[in-house]
Amino acid sequence: MAEKVSRKPFVREMTSEWIFRHPRYLRYMVREFSCLFIGAYTLLMVWGLKQLADGPQAWTGFLEALRSPASIVFHVLALGFALYHSVTWFNLTPKALPVQLGEEFVAGGVIAGAHYAAWALVSLAILLAAGAF
Amino acid sequence: MSERRVELEVLRYNPETDREPRFQRYSVACREEWVVLDALNHVKESVDPTLSYRWSCHMAVCGSCGMMINGEPKLACKAFLRDYAGVIRVEPLAHFPIERDLVTVIDDFMLKLKRVKPYLLPAQAKPIAEGAYRQTPAELKKFKQYTLCINCMLCYAACPEYGLIPKYIGPAAIALAHRYNQDSRDGGRDERQEEIAATEGVWECSFVGACSEVCPEHVDPAGAIQQVKIRSTVDWYAEHLMPWLKK
Repeated sequence: MAEKVSRKPFVREMTSEWIFRHPRYLRYMVREFSCLFIGAYTLLMVWGLKQLADGPQAWTGFLEALRSPASIVFHVLALGFALYHSVTWFNLTPKALPVQLGEEFVAGGVIAGAHYAAWALVSLAILLAAGAF
Repeated sequence: MSERRVELEVLRYNPETDREPRFQRYSVACREEWVVLDALNHVKESVDPTLSYRWSCHMAVCGSCGMMINGEPKLACKAFLRDYAGVIRVEPLAHFPIERDLVTVIDDFMLKLKRVKPYLLPAQAKPIAEGAYRQTPAELKKFKQYTLCINCMLCYAACPEYGLIPKYIGPAAIALAHRYNQDSRDGGRDERQEEIAATEGVWECSFVGACSEVCPEHVDPAGAIQQVKIRSTVDWYAEHLMPWLKK
């Protein structure tokens, strides 16, 4: 007769330490965290639009507020996070959108590069439309 | 042949006597070409026969010896001792319950694998007399990387989403579902979508990308998951904006 096997599997609870288990998890959390700054910047733009609608005095006040040291620090941080977010996502596009031509797959650099090119073109179009040149 | 001594710190758990796992230190005289699995085999054969772990092929094919080595999911047969300095910490694969020592309970993964139907479901059964299903090299290349998956579950141990949300179907099962969806001989995508396009499927993934980084066979489950997300999104828009396309 086979001996009765007793089972008592042990479940290890996952703690928040996983973020520091490997640098990749920290990089991922930074990418996730970047959305807070991008979200805050979007709200700032909406607030700016409202100030514009409220008349010249409100708009001037808004522009003044943008020149404050706190605002400049925020803008630098938001720009840094927006760049980090955009670059990390563009670099992941070859995984999500592989292109097979004939038998071979197009090199990942070409797909990510096409996204950077499209980004540059759209930015240029917006700057042109806004009368920056 | 050069010989040196390595210190292994192995997580032990005996369900019959232990309330919780504990670390046990082993000092092993090893050779230059040894991997962690060789050191464990040496311990089991000469030092402590009670040490339990899974292994079979010793050549990164069977996928049995996955474990956490210094906190990173690795195949013990592919982790060379010479690549580690100091004490080497060996633990069972993260995110799975521990059955005993380094042996984990893998039922969850096996059930999920079954749910995604990782086999060919031809659209129309073809009599043997009509010959084989033919495929061009380009059609083969479309999915070939995913066929290299050895079900070692390192991707599950690397995925924080799976650790936090155990219902998530997870990287390997989705990559294998995608492998068959991409196969020109297959017609079973609709059946697999029920599982992988659901909330517990691809939508639990937030693209950490760790699964693809730790894969010992260089499969890209993270890529497969994002491709399934895009195709499922296209399906949704087609169904809601152009319902006449669907018969």
